[in-house]
Amino acid sequence: MAFKLFDLGLADFQSAWDFQKKIFLQVKQKELFSALILCQHKPVITLGRKSKRENILTEETELERSNIKTYQIERGGDVTYHGPGQLCIYPIANLAYFKRDINWFLRSLEATLLEVLFDFGIKAEAIPGLTGIWVNSTQTNVGVESKQEKIASIGIAIRNWITFHGASLNIKRDDLANFSLIRPCGLDIIMTSMEDVLGKEVRINRVKETLKRRWYETSNFARTG
Amino acid sequence: MKQVTLPELGEGIESANVTFWYFKEGDTVKEKDDLVELATDKAAFNLPSPCSGKLAKILHQEGDTVKVGEVLANIEETG
Repeated sequence: MAFKLFDLGLADFQSAWDFQKKIFLQVKQKELFSALILCQHKPVITLGRKSKRENILTEETELERSNIKTYQIERGGDVTYHGPGQLCIYPIANLAYFKRDINWFLRSLEATLLEVLFDFGIKAEAIPGLTGIWVNSTQTNVGVESKQEKIASIGIAIRNWITFHGASLNIKRDDLANFSLIRPCGLDIIMTSMEDVLGKEVRINRVKETLKRRWYETSNFARTG
Repeated sequence: MKQVTLPELGEGIESANVTFWYFKEGDTVKEKDDLVELATDKAAFNLPSPCSGKLAKILHQEGDTVKVGEVLANIEETG
């Protein structure tokens, strides 16, 4: 029994969201054990259940001009941005087969992302109480005061102990500027990317391959027994 | 009368916030209907109705913080 993999490539948010819901139903009806959906999005802002509108710092008209849509969705967490330089990881995981524990799922997802970053030589960490993945800025900026920067965000929804939505990992540097449109997660935090930390180009396909290997070989999701 | 309580959500999770109710007091609900959506910091989830009946009383409104084990609503069973 393994997660069925769906790699949607560059997908607009609405169609990827619809796809998640379709796969969710298949998992609920036990036609599928669980699934792992990977994709990138065209620029989009999503608001979770905790979102406050004021955390979008840009006028709606300006967002429309830039062709950036805003979606209110059913995941937890506050506002976030997605763009083509990120990898979105949406596990449709039936926790009945693993552990009916929201924290177990969040920590397992974080652990997998930490392993992927480790494989690229990035020392990242999960900070208790602050879901997501962080890196210390001294890795990139020698001499500056040590600060945590966010490299991956997490926000999930659970119905009948089946998860959807998930994590987004910042890979490309170019995408980061658009985070200034919002106050990510409702916090005054600095976002970073794998390219920023490593100071070189990182190919999204390589990250995908590493993630798949980790997911199916070493993550908590690789074990079903 | 059946009580709807906030179940164990996972290690270290002691409470959740009510996001919204799918029904209002007096509504008829079916077993397994989604009754209420709650959220922890990063996760939103639904609680299904444990039985069919009438949603007699909502004890926690939208925005309330509810502790694990606390009663969220009472349902008058039918059938």
